[in-house]
Amino acid sequence: MNARRISLTALRGLLIKETYHILRDRRTLIVITLLPILQVILFGYAIRTDVRRVRLAIVDPTPDHTTLALRARFAATDAFHVVAVVAEAADLDPMFKRGMAQEAVVFDPSFAQSLGRGLPARVLVITDATEPNAGSIAQSYALSVIDGYERELRAASSAIRSREIVVPGALIVPEVRMQFNPTRESSNLFVPGLMAFVLTIISSLMTAISLTREKETGTMEALLVSPLRPWQIIVGKVAPYLVVGFLSVLGVIVEARVIFHVPVHGSVTLLLGEGLLFILVSLSLGILISAQTTSQRVAMFAALVGTMLPTLLLSGFIFPLESMPWALQAISYIVPARWFVTVARGIMLKGIGLAYLWRETMVLAAMALVLLVLSTRSFHERLE
Amino acid sequence: MTRALEAEGVAIIARDLTRRFGTFTACDRISFDVRAGEVFGFLGANGAGKTTAIRMLTGLLLPTSGQATVAGHDVYTESEAIKRHIGYMSQRFSLYEDLTVTENVRLYGGIYDLDNRQIRDRTAAMLSRLGLTRAARDLVRDIPLGWRQKLAFSVALLHEPRIVFLDEPTSGVDPITRRQFWELIYEAASSGTTVFVTTHYMDEAEYCDRISIMVAGRIGAIGTPSELKQQFGAHSIDDVFVRLARPVQESPRP
Amino acid sequence: MRRILFLARAEVLHVVRDRATLAQVLVLPAAQLLILSNAATFEIRDTPAYVVDFDGSSTSRELVHRFSSSGHFRILGQSASPEAANEQMLHGRVTMVLTVPADFERSLVREGTAPVQIAVNAEKGAAAGIVQSYAGRILSAYSTELGVALRPTANSARATPGDTAPVTGAIRFEVEARNWYNPTLNYQHYMVPGLLVALVTLIGTLLSAQNIAREKELGTLEQLNVTPLTRGQFIAAKLMPFWVLAVVDLGVGLTLGRLFFGVPIRGSLLLLFGSAALYLVVALAIGLWISTLVETQQQAMFVTFFIMNIYLLMSGLFTPVDSMPPWVQTFSLLNPVRHFVTISRALLIKGAGLAEIAEPLLFLGAYAAIMLTLAVRQYSKRAA
Repeated sequence: MNARRISLTALRGLLIKETYHILRDRRTLIVITLLPILQVILFGYAIRTDVRRVRLAIVDPTPDHTTLALRARFAATDAFHVVAVVAEAADLDPMFKRGMAQEAVVFDPSFAQSLGRGLPARVLVITDATEPNAGSIAQSYALSVIDGYERELRAASSAIRSREIVVPGALIVPEVRMQFNPTRESSNLFVPGLMAFVLTIISSLMTAISLTREKETGTMEALLVSPLRPWQIIVGKVAPYLVVGFLSVLGVIVEARVIFHVPVHGSVTLLLGEGLLFILVSLSLGILISAQTTSQRVAMFAALVGTMLPTLLLSGFIFPLESMPWALQAISYIVPARWFVTVARGIMLKGIGLAYLWRETMVLAAMALVLLVLSTRSFHERLE
Repeated sequence: MTRALEAEGVAIIARDLTRRFGTFTACDRISFDVRAGEVFGFLGANGAGKTTAIRMLTGLLLPTSGQATVAGHDVYTESEAIKRHIGYMSQRFSLYEDLTVTENVRLYGGIYDLDNRQIRDRTAAMLSRLGLTRAARDLVRDIPLGWRQKLAFSVALLHEPRIVFLDEPTSGVDPITRRQFWELIYEAASSGTTVFVTTHYMDEAEYCDRISIMVAGRIGAIGTPSELKQQFGAHSIDDVFVRLARPVQESPRP
Repeated sequence: MRRILFLARAEVLHVVRDRATLAQVLVLPAAQLLILSNAATFEIRDTPAYVVDFDGSSTSRELVHRFSSSGHFRILGQSASPEAANEQMLHGRVTMVLTVPADFERSLVREGTAPVQIAVNAEKGAAAGIVQSYAGRILSAYSTELGVALRPTANSARATPGDTAPVTGAIRFEVEARNWYNPTLNYQHYMVPGLLVALVTLIGTLLSAQNIAREKELGTLEQLNVTPLTRGQFIAAKLMPFWVLAVVDLGVGLTLGRLFFGVPIRGSLLLLFGSAALYLVVALAIGLWISTLVETQQQAMFVTFFIMNIYLLMSGLFTPVDSMPPWVQTFSLLNPVRHFVTISRALLIKGAGLAEIAEPLLFLGAYAAIMLTLAVRQYSKRAA
């Protein structure tokens, strides 16, 4: 009875000490607090895939009212920004290479002539396809402008030639709805992944470093000699980071809401609960890593490669999992962040609950359990 | 005035040298002279301000106020010139543990602009004097602590500086190694090198030509060991220190 | 000068003897490049889709066939039940639901236009936009075909006698679309140069910051500060080995990129390595500057990571700079990584020459000068 009371007091002392460590390392503290905010802003503004104001160059060797009309169409739309009008296609190459132009519309010299004669009027659309997706989208924009103009001309000429109105061809009109994210705000999408990312950094990285630092400086031995049992040492050292992690998640949600108006359609409690589960998984991973290494540098590196990179790449956070080769998709199944991102997106965007997410939650819980056991055991072994 | 002292062969001059860190005064208007070729012991308890003083004299730390001249150069304006004429052995071990003995020596030899032959010859001489010739290719990490300290000391003297500063060189070292260390110090002194050594081992004071004792940032006493013992009516420098430090111990520094 | 060589030699020995750092510098970047290039892609294949077909006509069946045979979509199921489709979406099993209304074919024939609904699961992030554009492309290609098929019927039925214009006098454009620089729309060609830059930057900045912070921690820095070694000599000796290493890494990475991903090298390699050399000066100077701000290795790592995070995300590496809001784009001009990414892509993929990369190169030059001056000024041998 007495021994337990001693070790509880000792545990409390350890918790306080660890908290002081965090609070006093000013630089690391700044990084932890600023990081979530910074990430939210960066992702909100910098990570986008929209295609707007495509820089367009026009090659018009024989301008006439038809080419000018089409050029006007391009100038009129927001999607394009005409940067240059030249007479020769040869001028295009340096423009593209410099990045001055992203796309070019090249009128055939006989464009207007062919139209008048009823022959096919040739126009060439050149797209910088270095970034394939943006290229495809820009290309389809240009094609649809040209298409629209073609229809107009046809409608106009048919109306002149015959008194009946001829419907120009067929047109399938897509009505697109972005389910769960009607405004297609990219910020709505990254917030769930961002939470995972920030949590991973804080949990895995910091525990890995904190624990190895104690080992390196030798204060770990002092702890061992104390009445504290190994599992209590781990709890004592790790609990403050749990709190820090929790606060970070809260921070990300609040900031995302305030700056980008990202909603949480589902239950916030469930979200926080799942967040806690994920933090546990990450912390256990951090402990496991630190139990295997003796140097801080190696711990950091292992944590980086083993947790941060997979979270960034293999969780569906930025890059769609569907795009990856099956080997990587298979690996993603063991990346905890992948499951959490699915859960978080589900709760925030779709407003669904455990009914749909029970599978993912079970996986996270199982991971937490396994990792906790493994890490405590391996830490135990190392200490002895 | 410093020129006159210089002519007399004064290696280090400090007048009212002060260093403050915020509200904490580490060195409070300390003044002393160190004559060329002497072994000067800079004693004091841990935290008395000895390391701060050494760092100011070696150009590692800017003083808050006061004056000091080392090897004829002003510490404020000519700190880089000072560095050409001094050697330094810090309290923390500062050779590279993942380099071999020879590699460490070669590095510092090159930094001090010794030519290749000088480096080679002096390395060989040093290693044989220390008995480390066989360990020439060993990583410093694999050499016992006592030898490492002696090696660091020798490296500080490699470029034959006029003054060598030693900050607690014998901390954590066994008595026999300590004795050997002081033999090395005497050798250096006898070839004309001024030795400025800080320590908290009061018995080492007896080995010095002159000593000063720092208490709470101030110089409490300065003179030869026998002068001080007479002054304070004590049998050992330890006693002297206790008498000096007692009033301060009762009211601890912030 | 000689002093620099002595110190540089010692530096090289340090690196060579430190197995962890060696791995970090040589092996890991290569491994990372290989994995990352596979994961970091926005290309989508076989997007799972669901079809709700209320029409069931031959036209609608053909439309569905167009989707399933496009290679971009995989039809998981088809029915007349929107509820089933919705369930699939909620479970996250499909990314797109195509709904064909009841009178699809009839509307097309009679009015020449008909809507279809495309619901995209926006929780999939960037994939959603891409899926939308794929769908759009398929629809418009089918539209055009239908248009051609239907047009002769429409025109011939309406040609009136006395119409002097020939039947073939219909307005017709012949649009050709070309993709420059990346005709196969290979995403890896876009990604690999960017990733190379990222890895090389990390090595340069992280390792140099860490290295000097380590000396601070150990106390060996003080010993160097007490020698006549000047700031400039110290910095040169410290940074040179990492500079060389980073350039070597670039070479290795480039070879791997070519071998494994067929990344083209169209421009001058000399120009590329020259720009890299300049860029690395900036990266290393930043690392140096960071080392003056911190006291321990751990802090060095954190601060570096923090800063690099910002730089990398805003460099156009993962997502195009053109997609960022204009003010962010202006900001990114301050980002040296952005400039080097632009240069590498221009040189490797577009085959640009010196004239075309002059602008970003000038920026890099300016940065090198500024950063070095800043870092050297900041680094003091004497504490104030």
